[in-house]
Amino acid sequence: MAKKWLLEPDFRIERDPERCVQCQVCVRQCANDVHQYDASEEVVTSDSSTCVGCHRCASLCPTGAVSIRRAPLDFRPHGNWTAEVLRNVYKQAESGGVLLSGMGNDRPLTVYWDHMLLNASQVTNPSIDPLREPMEVLTYLGRRPERVEFGPGGVKDLKTQLDPTIRLQTPLMFSAMSYGSISYNAALSLARAAKESGTFANSGEGGLHKDFRPYKDNMIVQVASGRFGVDVDYLNNCAAVEIKIGQGAKPGIGGHLPGEKVDAAISATRMIPKGTDAISPAPHHDIYSIEDLRQLIFAIKEATRYTKPVCVKIAAVHNIAAIASGAVRAGADIVAIDGYKGGTGAAPTMIRDNVGIPIEFALAAVDTRLREEGIRHQASIVAGGGFRCSADVVKAIALGADAVYIGTGALVAMGCHLCQKCYTGKCNWGIATQDPFLTKRLNPNIATKRLVNLLRGWTHEIMEMMGGMGVNAIESLRGNREHLRGVGLSDRELAILGIKSAGE
Amino acid sequence: MKRIVAREEFCIGCRLCEVHCLVQHSKSKKIIKAFRKERETVVPGVKVEQAGHVSFALQCRHCDDALCIEACMTGAMHRDEATGVVLSDPDKCVGCWMCIMVCPVGAVNRGTGRRVASKCDLCMGEKMPVCVANCPNEAIVLEETDDE
Amino acid sequence: MLGNIRTDWGHDSAGCAICGMMSESGRPMGGETIIRAIANMHDRSNGLGGGFAAYGIYPDRADQYALHMMYDDAAGKAAGERAIDVHCVVHHVEPIPTRALECIRNRPILFRYFVTVKPEIMKLHYDETEDDVIVHLVMSINEKVEGAFVVSSGKNMGIFKGVGYPEDIGNFFRLDEYSAYLWTAHGRFPTNTTGWWGGAHPFGLLDWSVVHNGEISSYGINRRYLMNFGYHCALQTDTEVITYLFDLLMRRHALPLEAACTAMAPPFWTQVERMDEERQRLIRTLRVIYGGALINGPFSVLVARRDCMIGFNDRIKLRPMAAARKDDTLYIASEEAAIRIMCRKPDTLWHADGGVPIVGRLKTADAAVA
Repeated sequence: MAKKWLLEPDFRIERDPERCVQCQVCVRQCANDVHQYDASEEVVTSDSSTCVGCHRCASLCPTGAVSIRRAPLDFRPHGNWTAEVLRNVYKQAESGGVLLSGMGNDRPLTVYWDHMLLNASQVTNPSIDPLREPMEVLTYLGRRPERVEFGPGGVKDLKTQLDPTIRLQTPLMFSAMSYGSISYNAALSLARAAKESGTFANSGEGGLHKDFRPYKDNMIVQVASGRFGVDVDYLNNCAAVEIKIGQGAKPGIGGHLPGEKVDAAISATRMIPKGTDAISPAPHHDIYSIEDLRQLIFAIKEATRYTKPVCVKIAAVHNIAAIASGAVRAGADIVAIDGYKGGTGAAPTMIRDNVGIPIEFALAAVDTRLREEGIRHQASIVAGGGFRCSADVVKAIALGADAVYIGTGALVAMGCHLCQKCYTGKCNWGIATQDPFLTKRLNPNIATKRLVNLLRGWTHEIMEMMGGMGVNAIESLRGNREHLRGVGLSDRELAILGIKSAGE
Repeated sequence: MKRIVAREEFCIGCRLCEVHCLVQHSKSKKIIKAFRKERETVVPGVKVEQAGHVSFALQCRHCDDALCIEACMTGAMHRDEATGVVLSDPDKCVGCWMCIMVCPVGAVNRGTGRRVASKCDLCMGEKMPVCVANCPNEAIVLEETDDE
Repeated sequence: MLGNIRTDWGHDSAGCAICGMMSESGRPMGGETIIRAIANMHDRSNGLGGGFAAYGIYPDRADQYALHMMYDDAAGKAAGERAIDVHCVVHHVEPIPTRALECIRNRPILFRYFVTVKPEIMKLHYDETEDDVIVHLVMSINEKVEGAFVVSSGKNMGIFKGVGYPEDIGNFFRLDEYSAYLWTAHGRFPTNTTGWWGGAHPFGLLDWSVVHNGEISSYGINRRYLMNFGYHCALQTDTEVITYLFDLLMRRHALPLEAACTAMAPPFWTQVERMDEERQRLIRTLRVIYGGALINGPFSVLVARRDCMIGFNDRIKLRPMAAARKDDTLYIASEEAAIRIMCRKPDTLWHADGGVPIVGRLKTADAAVA
C-alpha cells in the first residue's frame, strides 16, 4: 500500500505561539521526529501523526509551550465497534501482522484493590505510632519446615536448620524486566536501588551483564524458556534463581524481544546473533509436565549446591491454585504469581488484553488452597501485576502475599509515561531502548535515587497503615484477612477473596 | 575552586543549558521576552558540542594559568580576585579577538551587536550556575577541582 | 455449640481483669482468696462474664478427664451425652453444685463427667494419644452438637464460668468449698460480642486454661495458621486462639516454654541484631518458622496447665501485669491491689516486662515443664 491513509493520529500537539521561543529542545528530544525546525521561516513545526504521547517534549519545554492532547477522530458512537477496535482492524488490514503492545492491559476493567478497604484500631486496641515505635517489615522468602526441633539440651540445643532464604528489608521487590527490553542504564539503576534498599531486583530473561556482578547479592536471576544467558556464571552471581513458567501479561507464550533492540551488548549477554528477534518458546521444551518442573528445580538446586532458594514464576490463570500447589510440591521455595495486568516490553495485544485472571483472586485462591492442603509454610508467595501504590501492597499482604513484585511502578518512577511503544525501541525516556542516543537520557545516578525514593515512600506508608491496624510486625498482617472488608463485591467474589463485607 | 564539569555520558544534547544561559545574561531575565527581543544581542557562555550521539556542554574553564588574560591588550580580560573567576570587561574590550585565538578550548565567542568578547562568567552572584541547575540529566555539575 | 451465641459478629476482644495464684509445692488453697482478689478489680469488668480455673480439685479421680459441660436444654444434654458415650467410658456423672443467686440468671444446665476414652475408640485412633482423641471430641461437640458446649476437659482440674461479675460467679459455683494448688480468675468487659456463658474466660482445652486481657490484631492470621494443624476456632475469641497456640507449640511440637514464648512474642529485629550469634540464630529460626504464631496487639494472659502457670505480656507492654512471690507461692494479677489482697506482704513484687514470661512451676516428682 502506498500510504497508511486509514490510520489517523492518536494525539495532537498543541503549541502555544505566545510561549514557544523556538529553542528547539523539543526538536532534538523527539525520537519519533514529530517536531521540526523550519530554518527559512524560523519556526518550529509539529507533525502529530507520529506522536506516541510520551510527553518528552512537554516535560523539557522551558516555557511550557507544548501540550499533548488525545485527538482521535470522532466516530459515530457504537457500543460494539469502538474506535479502538476499528483502528486495530485498519492496522491489520495494512500489515497482515499480529497486533503488538507494550506495558500491561490498559482496558478499563475493575481494579479489585479499590474494592477492598483496610482496618484501623480504636479504643479496644491502640494503634501503634511508626515514627516513635519499632515497626517491623523485615521479610524472609524461602522454604521453611513446619516446626522447630530441639535436642535434649533444650533451648540451647537447636537442631532445626533453616533452608536457604533471602532477606528483604521491605516487602517490595523489582520484578523481572530483561536487559534487552530495558536499557543497560535502566537495569543498572534497578540493581543499584535494590542493593541500596536491601531488597532484590530480577534480571528477567535477558541474562546478567557482567557489569552487574557487584550486585549479585541483590539479584534474582531468571531461567526462562529461551534460557538466554544461562550458564555457570549466571547461577553463581545471584541470591536466588527464578524459573519463569509464565508472565501475567502473556500467559501461555514466551518472551519477545524485537530485533531492533538486539545490539552487540545484548547479543553477547543473551548469546544470540545481533539483530535477530529473540522469541522465547512458549513452554520450556524440557517441562511438559509437573514432574519435569521438579527435575529442573532440583537440577538448579544441585548446580547451586542447595545454597539458594529457587522460585517458580507462574501467570495467574484459571486453575492457578492447583498449579501453585503443584509447584510447591515440586520443590519451589518461592512461588511468584503474576496477574493479568502485569507489564511487558512486547506482547500480542489480544493475549495481553484477554488472557489471565486478576492477581487479587489468584493470590487469595492460592493462599487459601495451600493452607487447606497444609503446605502454605513450604513456600513463600510473591504477587505481581499492576501494583500502583502502597495500599495495594498492604492489601495483597493481608490476602496472603509474603512480598510484592513491582515492575511498571518502577519504570514510571524512572520516567516512563506509559505510551506503550516499548516494542519500537524508541523510548524517549531512555528506558525501553538500546539506541545510544536515547539510552543516555536515563542517568543511573538520578534513576537509582528515584527508585530508592519510591521504595522508601511506599515502605513508610506501609508502616503507617500497619500501625493504624495495631500491628507492629508484618507476620501479623500477612494472610490476616480480618483486616480487609469488601465494598461493591458480589457474595461469590467476597467468598473467593475470603473477606467479609464492609459493615460485618 | 569550584568549576563546572561536563559528564559526557549523560548529555542528551537538548541544549537547555544554552537556553538558560541566554536568559540569565539577558536584560529581562524572562525567557519569552529574552528570546523574542534579545536573541540577537546575547550570546550564551556555554555551547553544546555534538558528534552523533556523543555530546557535552563546553564553557570557559577559568584556567588558573589563563592564556586569554595574558593575550588581552587592554586588560579587559581579568581575574576576579575574590572568586577566581575569569571575566571580560565590556567597557575595556576593543574586539581584537586575541582571546578567542589563544583559548585552548574555544570557549570565548564574538558578541553580537557590540564588538566585545563574550564568555561564561560562572553566573557571578548566583548560588549555582543556571546551566548546572537546569540540566535535566545532571550532565553538567559544579565540582571542587584542582589546577586547570 | 450453644444456641444463643452469634458467631457472625467478628472476633471477641476484652478489656478485663485477670488474676492467678499458684503454690509451687502443690499445697491446696481455698477459693475465697481468689474470689476476693478478683472482686477488688470489679470496675475492670462489666458483668458480662466471669470465670475461674482450679487445679487439683478432683484428687480422687486424678487420672480421669473431668468434662465440665453446659447445655441449653434437655435436648442439648441428650445430644452431648450421646457424643460423650460414643467415645468414652463415663466413670461418674453429677450436676455441678451451685447456689441460687439473684444476680445469676438464665443459667444453662451444668454437669460434669469423669471419663476415659474407650479402648475400642483408641484402636480406631491407633497412632494418636488419648489427649488427641479428647481434643477431637471437644472440637466436634463445640462445633457440631446443637445446644452443648464443653467448658473444660482436663484431668484433676475444672473451669467454672458464666455471665455475671466474677465474684458472683465464684459464689454461684460454691468455689469457697474447693481447694486447689493453682487458681486463675477472670472478669470480662467485652466490646465485640454479647455475654454468653461459654464465651466467658477461662477458655480451656485438656489441661490448658487461659485468661486473657487484650485484643489480638493478628487474630485473622493466627486463626488461619492454626487451621493448618486441625484446630477450628469455633468461638471467634482471642483466648481460644492463644490456648490452641500454646497447645500446638508446647504439646504437639514439644517446644521448650521459653522457645514457645519467644515464637509468640519475639524481640524486635533491632534487638536481635545486638545479640550473640547463637541467640540470633535461635530467634531467627523461631521467628521465620513460626511467623503465623506471632501474637500482635495488646495482651496480658495467664496460661495454666497442670504443672505450671505462665504470665505473659505482648512485646510492647500495652496491658498491665503485676507479680509477686511469697514462700512457695506465685501471685499474678492485673493490678498490684489485687495481689495485696491475696498476699499482704510478699517477699518480692514486680511488674512484668513485655515479651518475657513469668513462670510458676510445680516442684513435685511428676512435674513435666521444660
